[in-house]
Amino acid sequence: MAGGIKKFVVGSFDDEAVLFPAVKNVRKAGYKIHDVYTPFPVHGLDHAMGLRETSLHTAGFIYAITGTTTALSFMSWVFTKDWPLNIGGKPHFALPAWIPITFELTVLFSAVGMVLTFCYLCQLSPFVKKHHFHARATDDLFVMAIECTDKTNDAEVQTFLEKAGAKEINIQHAETGWWIGRYDREQKLYREEKGY
Amino acid sequence: MNNQFELPGSYKKWTWGLIGVGVLALLYGFIMLHPFEHAAHGGGNHGSTRFWAVLLQNSVYWLLVVNASMFFICVTTMAMGGWQVALRRVPEAISSVVPYLGIITFLVLMAIIWGDRTDIYHWLDNEAVKHDPILNGKSGFLNPKFYTIWSAIAILMWWLLGKKMRSMSLETDNGGTMDYETGKKWIWKNTVWASLYAVFFGLSVASTIPWLWLMSIDAHWYSTMYSWYTFASTFVSGMSLVALFVIFLKNRGQLEYVTEEHLHDVGKFMFAFSVFWTYLWFSQYMLIWYSNQPEETKYFIERIGTAGKPGPYKGLFFLNLILNFLCPLLILMKRGIKRNWTMVTVMAVLIIFGHWIDFYQMVMPGTMKEHAEMMPFEFGIAALFIGIIMWGVGRYLTSHPLTAKNHPFLKESIIHHT
Repeated sequence: MAGGIKKFVVGSFDDEAVLFPAVKNVRKAGYKIHDVYTPFPVHGLDHAMGLRETSLHTAGFIYAITGTTTALSFMSWVFTKDWPLNIGGKPHFALPAWIPITFELTVLFSAVGMVLTFCYLCQLSPFVKKHHFHARATDDLFVMAIECTDKTNDAEVQTFLEKAGAKEINIQHAETGWWIGRYDREQKLYREEKGY
Repeated sequence: MNNQFELPGSYKKWTWGLIGVGVLALLYGFIMLHPFEHAAHGGGNHGSTRFWAVLLQNSVYWLLVVNASMFFICVTTMAMGGWQVALRRVPEAISSVVPYLGIITFLVLMAIIWGDRTDIYHWLDNEAVKHDPILNGKSGFLNPKFYTIWSAIAILMWWLLGKKMRSMSLETDNGGTMDYETGKKWIWKNTVWASLYAVFFGLSVASTIPWLWLMSIDAHWYSTMYSWYTFASTFVSGMSLVALFVIFLKNRGQLEYVTEEHLHDVGKFMFAFSVFWTYLWFSQYMLIWYSNQPEETKYFIERIGTAGKPGPYKGLFFLNLILNFLCPLLILMKRGIKRNWTMVTVMAVLIIFGHWIDFYQMVMPGTMKEHAEMMPFEFGIAALFIGIIMWGVGRYLTSHPLTAKNHPFLKESIIHHT
């Protein structure tokens, strides 16, 4: 449990078109958006939230050149030092014949590496649990969690979200990190339902 | 939209300057290289061979490059693409040069065929073909009549089908915004004509035309990759040419809806098709290297030579790979580069030059053997063709609106986001 328990004001929207200005206004007002959970990838939401560009592709490039190096160095060691064979009278250092394998390993390393890195960044893995702010975030609601800091006035945030067009608003104390185990062993989770 | 675009003076200066240089080179060729004298077999008059080989290389290369932009329009139309609409008039303008370069190419090809230039196409030599079982077997395809008829049909069809695509696009400027039904009908009609073009493109550029025009220089040799490899070469150069004109117009304050999002996608085409070109280049090379059949390896021995004796084209051959594969791969890979107007300009020029070199090493080894030169004459002829392209594209750009303002997908293009 890396993150620790924090307090959130959670607003749920049922329309993308309402969500975008809401995100913009919440940021303008200076509140801290923890995250926005959507049922599908929303184009441009990352920019609206002010998230930085991902470095996943840089990681992908590094995995790819690792694959290239692995393939070329392994094959040249095997065929020139470890176990030289005469194959059809070709030179031992038979670069053209190795290119397809080098290409395959480049793609394999970058693909697998990027998938694993992506899962790591999103904290996705079998048996790993994370707090769900709203079950319908996987169905039809756009859920915005605003983190409450010392200076945040929750009542003010709630009014703010209501004005921004949120359909449901509540306050949750939730674990921000991940844990391995079951949801019912989670920390004592309680909500202050507001009846909106 | 805003007022009709007018060419800046510097553009006109460059156009006529390049054409002037080209005409000088051509005159030099006519006077110094004696193009109408015959090359004696096994040496002798390399000048006349050089004249026709250089003209063949340049006319075929630049014709296929400008033709590639019509292919781009047709495939994006067939794929119901919307992003390219904001810049669609640019490939249209480039493809409007096809008739001019088509006629020039046809004249060059006919001069070679009916001028009996056996130094360019060995299969024109009836005596040799008679005693050569391989050439004899191919004579149903490689003969002057078929060559002439099929070349004429190909150029005519690119011209007419391209003209139809362009005129359908220009017609929309006169009417107002289309309603849903009219737009649907117009898109359907466009798709049908685009498909016809694409099918014919498959039958010509992607198969028979490179066999006839270029592969038959090395008449004994053949490769099933050859046409695709030629197509990839010209398509990636065609996309680079589109990028150059888009950037030029953007610099002049035109094409108001084109943003770096569109440039990014054009850059992706340049990147992807550079890799595709390499894939075909390498597949052709590796299969021949691996199976090591004398009749197939001959093509590469003429270029890079053997281990003990490097061939005269070895440097160009590998320069080709660096310019057309390593540079685009490593430089265009980064997102920021594809969105940078200056870097895309540099890469586009590099790619066009790189594939010009590629065509050079396709044509020269079979015709000039080890006597090929890369002197002002070669570059002068290239300047002539670049000048003609600039002239034709400039003419189209100044006489038609630069944005297809009533295209049903224009909005999709304006809000395009990569």
